Amino acid sequence: MKFLAETWVGEWLTGLGRIAALAREAVMSLLTFKVAWRDLLYQIYFIGIKSQSVVLVTGAFTGMVLGAQTYFQFHKIKMDTATLAVVGVSMCSELGPVLTALMVSGRVGAAIAAEIGTMRVTEQIDALRTLATHPVDYLVVPRLLASMIALPLLTIESITIGIGASYLVGVYLLGIDPVYSWYNMLKYTGDIDVFIGLTKAFVYGGIIALVGCYKGMSCSVGAQGVGRATTEAVVYSSIAILISNFFLTLALQRVVVMLL
Amino acid sequence: MIETRQLKKSFDTQLVLDGVDLRIESGESVAIIGRSGGGKSVLLKHLIALLQPDSGDVLINGESIVRMNERQLLRIREKFGMVFQSAALFDSMTVAENVAFPLIRKKKFTPGEIEQRVTAALAMVDLPGTQKKNPAELSGGMRKRVGLARAIVYEPQILLYDEPTTGLDPIVADSIDKLIIRVRDQLKVTSVVVTHDMRTARRVGNRVLMLHEGKIYANAAPEEFFASQDPVVRQFIDGVADAKETIL
Repeated sequence: MKFLAETWVGEWLTGLGRIAALAREAVMSLLTFKVAWRDLLYQIYFIGIKSQSVVLVTGAFTGMVLGAQTYFQFHKIKMDTATLAVVGVSMCSELGPVLTALMVSGRVGAAIAAEIGTMRVTEQIDALRTLATHPVDYLVVPRLLASMIALPLLTIESITIGIGASYLVGVYLLGIDPVYSWYNMLKYTGDIDVFIGLTKAFVYGGIIALVGCYKGMSCSVGAQGVGRATTEAVVYSSIAILISNFFLTLALQRVVVMLL
Repeated sequence: MIETRQLKKSFDTQLVLDGVDLRIESGESVAIIGRSGGGKSVLLKHLIALLQPDSGDVLINGESIVRMNERQLLRIREKFGMVFQSAALFDSMTVAENVAFPLIRKKKFTPGEIEQRVTAALAMVDLPGTQKKNPAELSGGMRKRVGLARAIVYEPQILLYDEPTTGLDPIVADSIDKLIIRVRDQLKVTSVVVTHDMRTARRVGNRVLMLHEGKIYANAAPEEFFASQDPVVRQFIDGVADAKETIL
């Protein structure tokens, strides 16, 4: 047992347990209404507004390449007008939320870990505690809420721009019939796909903020510690997003079947 | 009143505190001295529960704080103000925002009252008119003064100072000493000053405690302490690397 605890498996499980404890503390903090609301607005601005360019470029080019590749395959079997339907379903339920989350984790997760990590090594978190302020109230909850609010909105943006870009490439570059393509997309892309995508984005927002905050708050002393925390925040949140995506897809499909 | 009972703390295999017993009465001013890396700051951080001991107890006004969780500790920490060795100012805020921070978090002051208190606290530490500056624009001594202003602005009962004069030139260190004495006398707070600066220890403490090998080795009034002939105490006061040496 001791051997297991000392391996990377033990460390990994310990980390998961600590993140769960941090999430629990964040919920407790919300219930006490001691959240720094003013900071929440700033974090929404930082996570939402400042991620625009990254999300727009990612969404647009993903939609364009997905549209082109789908067209190349479907063209062989004369199904050109189904291209946009595939793009619509893929962007709404998978690529939109996942790629947006991965890009935001690289930008925001790293920034959260670096900021909180620097605060930790310069004793600013200890200073917060001595000033009778719970670090979770002041640092974690505003970032967590902001991330969970901003990510679904960014995902909607990414999906919209992705489908739009794919439409432009398909219709004006590859010559697909615009009316049938649009009709097929609306026929095969349902509200459910959008619901699945936004639910995923909401969960990924939580993952990015929690992992970033946890890595920042537990970072070791020194510049190297902050650097490591930043890298790990991006790597672990990205892996968590990809793994949870599979289970979320299965779970949400089941929920959808039950609801319909 | 602050009390520790058989406080023990180790990091990995290194035993830092080995059964520290101390008692500091309300209104008292105590200097804790000892060698660098000897556990002074660790002891100070235990008094405000920034660190948890491996065993032993810490009591604030008779209430044990060792088994409290972070949220329960908020109530206890309202009694404390702490000045950090690095000042630990929030670098994303201006001086005024730093000093106003605890007042804003308390949510019981109007913006006018907050401004008034911030101005008064900065005037007390001889830094009037610095409200709009950023911490990065300040010198080390000024940062410590702002740290002190932030610690006293909400009028705590106990002030903890972690190496307040370390890294400062003798003139700035002297001004910080005077400031600690002024705050102690004007606000009637309990002061605990961790230092290895003999001049600071002599001037700011009504009592001097010496931490040596994880225990309180000496505990006396400043005059008695600095007249001590105990070889360990003498070596520290005289600042000689080898106890057999004498200063010429």
